[in-house]
Amino acid sequence: MATDITFEQVDYWYQAGTPFAVQALKNIDLQITPGSFTAVIGQTGSGKSTLIQHLNALLKPSSGTVKIGDRVINNETKNKHLKPLRKKVGIVFQFPENQLFEETVIKDIAFGPQNFGISETDALVLAKRMAGEVGLDEALLKRSPFDLSGGQMRRAAIAGVLALEPEVLVLDEPTAGLDPRGRLEIMQLVTRLRQEQNLTIVLITHQMDDVANYANQVIVMGHGELIKQGTPRKIFSDPKWLEDHQLGLPSATKMAYELQQAGFTFKTMPLTVEELADQLTPQLSKGAISHE
Amino acid sequence: MNKVMFGRFIPGHSWVHRLDPRAKLVLSFLYIAVVFFANDFWTYLIMTVLLLASVVASAIPLRVYIRGLMPLFWLMIFTVLIQVFFGAGGHVYWQWGWLVVSQNGLNSAGLILMRFVLIILISTILTFTTEPLEIADGIESLLSPLRKFHFPVATLALMLSLALRFVPTLMDEAEKIMNAQRSRGVDFGAGGLRQRIKTIVPILIPLFVNAFNRAIEISTAMEARGYQDGENRTKYRQLKWHRLDTVSLVIYVVSLSAVIGLRYFS
Repeated sequence: MATDITFEQVDYWYQAGTPFAVQALKNIDLQITPGSFTAVIGQTGSGKSTLIQHLNALLKPSSGTVKIGDRVINNETKNKHLKPLRKKVGIVFQFPENQLFEETVIKDIAFGPQNFGISETDALVLAKRMAGEVGLDEALLKRSPFDLSGGQMRRAAIAGVLALEPEVLVLDEPTAGLDPRGRLEIMQLVTRLRQEQNLTIVLITHQMDDVANYANQVIVMGHGELIKQGTPRKIFSDPKWLEDHQLGLPSATKMAYELQQAGFTFKTMPLTVEELADQLTPQLSKGAISHE
Repeated sequence: MNKVMFGRFIPGHSWVHRLDPRAKLVLSFLYIAVVFFANDFWTYLIMTVLLLASVVASAIPLRVYIRGLMPLFWLMIFTVLIQVFFGAGGHVYWQWGWLVVSQNGLNSAGLILMRFVLIILISTILTFTTEPLEIADGIESLLSPLRKFHFPVATLALMLSLALRFVPTLMDEAEKIMNAQRSRGVDFGAGGLRQRIKTIVPILIPLFVNAFNRAIEISTAMEARGYQDGENRTKYRQLKWHRLDTVSLVIYVVSLSAVIGLRYFS
């Protein structure tokens, strides 16, 4: 029932067999377990977006296999009968507002479910509920999607994917180009959906704070290869390595490393502001006493 | 979409790559015009040798060119078959109702096929070895005499280079939108004609809307950088005519004159 996703030795070549052939994925092995929150990080052009297009068989591996639930996708898989997979794994692409096209917002959200055979009335009910989930005001639903603000368009697009009721939700930089408040709201939405609907989340992001705050598994991509995999704590335990691969630290961790050089001690490196505060408070109060 | 080789630029440093785009445009046009004069073995031999020499000079393997021909394969077969079955006259080899295979039919089919391949290959050499923006510059330069007749050459050139610049961007965008709609359960290429036409709407509308938005952004950015319509602009990319260009032109003119000569004076 639950959808596991497993990559086994996946290679992917763009334009294979032409002078423009480029290898985008090299020998990728990974597993995404149901209910997990996986963050995918890496420099621009490291193959993150190519990777996620394998998650619902938009791209098929040039060699190796991808298992999605009980379906096995390899080089020979035909394009037919892939549709059921797309319902299980919903992808919110970068700048998803570019995919809106219907006359009204609600029709656009209902478009996906209708493609999977849900009746128009049911799809519209579902669409209304999803619009509520993403915090779109009901008054907006009858408007044209092109009248909305950028942030509202983004929500409408995300609602359109949520309306498929996927088991795995993949988001490619969902907060890119949003203001801080919009960013926080989208991330809170994602966490809430995960808790309430037991969704599996795969998130591509450049925001290390989001990785530290929300993810329980991190995949680091570099030049098409999976170069590191583990918990956020493991990934962020080696600032030198991250710097070498042009990745940053979460702001709390970064501050902790700087404080460490100034004489503070941390048992484990804090990932979030809360953890940082928890470990700092006793040290600060001690310091305060000694100064008196 | 990615498999199409026809009309793409392949970077390189060969003789043909280094030619002036004006030279390449003129040579291609001359060649295509003269293809229609060729009518027998010797004239076609000259045309073919000239073409193969240009292919070699472009330092791009012949099989890449042949891949470029592939998308047009069915069109070629179709035209050839029409010529074979409907060309009347000469010795009749086979007949069935109004379908006739005759000597003239076969002749003209061969002629058409030859012309087809030669014309496509020469234009492929041009696009393989010339960056789109160079082609735009070349066209602008070649059209510049039309300024005398108040033809807006600069505006046309700007439109051309903007259009060329955004072909790959729009193609990428179309693909992204297609993938996004696929993820929402759109099945491209499935179902009957009506169904298929309906699946185009979710691609076309976002594509148009994005193109409009982009046009607005670009015009704002251009104005902000001091662009004013057309007149009196200097050029960053200067076209220079080298000896290589003259040599190529001479080779082409001599060979092509030989073709015309053989046609009319032998």
